[in-house]
Amino acid sequence: MTKGWKLYDQRLAWVLVAPVLLLLTLLLLLPIAMMTVYTFFTFVTAGVESAVLTFDNWKEFLTDSYYHGFLWKTVRVGAITAVICAILGYFPAYFIWATTFKHKWLLLLLLIVPFWISFTIRTFSWIHILGEQGLINVVLIRLGVINEPLPMLYTEGAVIMGLLHFLLPYMILNVYVSLEGIDRTLIAAARSMGCTSAQAFREVTLPLSIPGLGAGLLLCFVLAAGSYVTPQLLGGSRDALFGNLIYDTIMGQLNWPMGATLSIVLFVLLGAAAAAYSRYMGLSQIMKGLSA
Amino acid sequence: MHDDNSHDQPRPASAGADRDPLARGESQPTGKPAVEFRDIDIFYGKFAAVRDFSLAIRKGSFVTLLGPSGCGKTTILRSIAGLVDITSGQISIGGKRVDDIPIYKRNIGLVFQNYALFPHKNVFDNVAFGLKYRNVPKPEIVRRVKKALDMVRLPGSETKLPSQLSGGQQQRIALARAIVFEPEVLLLDEPLSALDANMREDMRVEIKKIQRETGITAIFVTHDQEEALSMSDRIVVMNAGLIEQIGSPAQVYDQPATAFVANFLGKANMLPGSVTAMDGNMATIALASGHVVKAAAPKALTAGSAITVVVRPQKLTVGTAGAANRLSGRIVSTSYLGGNAVYEIDIGAGTPLRANTLIDGQPLREGETVDVCFDPLGCVLLDAQGVRIA
Repeated sequence: MTKGWKLYDQRLAWVLVAPVLLLLTLLLLLPIAMMTVYTFFTFVTAGVESAVLTFDNWKEFLTDSYYHGFLWKTVRVGAITAVICAILGYFPAYFIWATTFKHKWLLLLLLIVPFWISFTIRTFSWIHILGEQGLINVVLIRLGVINEPLPMLYTEGAVIMGLLHFLLPYMILNVYVSLEGIDRTLIAAARSMGCTSAQAFREVTLPLSIPGLGAGLLLCFVLAAGSYVTPQLLGGSRDALFGNLIYDTIMGQLNWPMGATLSIVLFVLLGAAAAAYSRYMGLSQIMKGLSA
Repeated sequence: MHDDNSHDQPRPASAGADRDPLARGESQPTGKPAVEFRDIDIFYGKFAAVRDFSLAIRKGSFVTLLGPSGCGKTTILRSIAGLVDITSGQISIGGKRVDDIPIYKRNIGLVFQNYALFPHKNVFDNVAFGLKYRNVPKPEIVRRVKKALDMVRLPGSETKLPSQLSGGQQQRIALARAIVFEPEVLLLDEPLSALDANMREDMRVEIKKIQRETGITAIFVTHDQEEALSMSDRIVVMNAGLIEQIGSPAQVYDQPATAFVANFLGKANMLPGSVTAMDGNMATIALASGHVVKAAAPKALTAGSAITVVVRPQKLTVGTAGAANRLSGRIVSTSYLGGNAVYEIDIGAGTPLRANTLIDGQPLREGETVDVCFDPLGCVLLDAQGVRIA
């Protein structure tokens, strides 16, 4: 044979990929297309819309600062959450990477343990910690530190807290993976040339782990900004995020055209961030190749 | 601390002379040795990676630690750099004890097997790295980086990333990076083993040249005997954490102190037998294969004592009549190497003899019956413990 060989037979590849392609088309691409068409429908009254095409929904979204406020708030909460995740997550990742503890897999398993409990239940648990009758307030009142319970639940802080709880493992895993890709002889080389361990961290470890940190930031941002359950359970009415706004528009006001418009807005926004994310992951692969 | 009496592996007693740190070949100049090890033991838990390692290295010399993988050579190298903690003993660099000096203050140049260039920094920043942490002013850094790149014959490569360079080029940059700040010792940890064969030979010559030009003290770790023989002023042969022999390339090759050295360097022929008579300094030896040979003995041997005659493949002549010690046998295999050929010859003993000879006319064919001869002065005798009789 002089034609060379391939890892797979192309016809077989199509057969194997077909079910997933079909599912993605039917359950993802088609609904998104339908939603996109819906954004141009006319809202008549609650639960009723007509197929008369119009730009009214887009005009309303682009001109009404009510929506802009929600969008800004969503981006802000997502960004704050991602940054706090990065700050809190880097150290555990670094520790797991650097430890000489023999059973690293156990530490990594501990990161994944929270995922064994339903996300909703984990979110509910914060009510018992932050609530008026929650752990913190009861303890502080018993100790006589405060007289009145502190308002902690149903605030933006509680929402961010819940999101951190949910997203921190993603950050730690992302950073850990990129640290794991660093050749340790690079650090030995830096040390031998006169770096203290802190300087070697700044010169070698940190810059080479930036791709993982960047990937973690984007992932946390996208997941936080797209969250619905956490602000619903832990936030007050003023702490709703864009996802809650969409829910309210569609399920409360029964305004499907406007709800579809808002959905597409969030979809495009987070999709753009995810595109940046995958591009960044691509770059991190190159970086890994460099350090190998 | 471990107990010196706990050594479960007694070292060959009469090899002591060869183990003497500054044994032969080199007269110790005035002043402190560039690097000195005294009674180094390195344990990983209960495993002894290195034991009783003592060595003094003269300033400006090129010393190779040679041995199979796991013999402790890399561990010793890393202990100089401070990457491995010694369990007991002392290491001095330039007469100063460094056991408690952290790695970054030791002023050592390290070249790694996998180059270990910083992938996110360009060539200039890689080479300038050590200078930056020595507070060298910027114009001086630029000047010295340029000089180092000229020295490794990669001038003008400052702005390239390591990934844009070939393996050989990367290793040159790694070398430039290690010598640019003029360290007291240059440590080379199998720097050639990741390169392909042609590149390896070029780099061998180049490293040696740069070492000579700069006059830097170099410690080179390898498992490749050719590298060791061609580059070193002195070779330290190690096995299982212990030093087997210290000597010049010619010494370790021509006068192996132990059976291990004879075998590891150049696959010597080992012919077991026993002494039957002594005539002056010439011993008559009955080989286990049934042949009787004569060999020069440095001292009188008692008849009946077990002995091993070590003959290098190059010291065997094949097919030509002549010298004493004529063994007849049949060629089992012929490896044609161009100018010379390696024959395996069955002389009726267990393992066939290996002979490496210049080809005169046609190489001999497999199956031919030939005479193999060696000079009684061209061999080394080992005692029953596998230690050279001196």
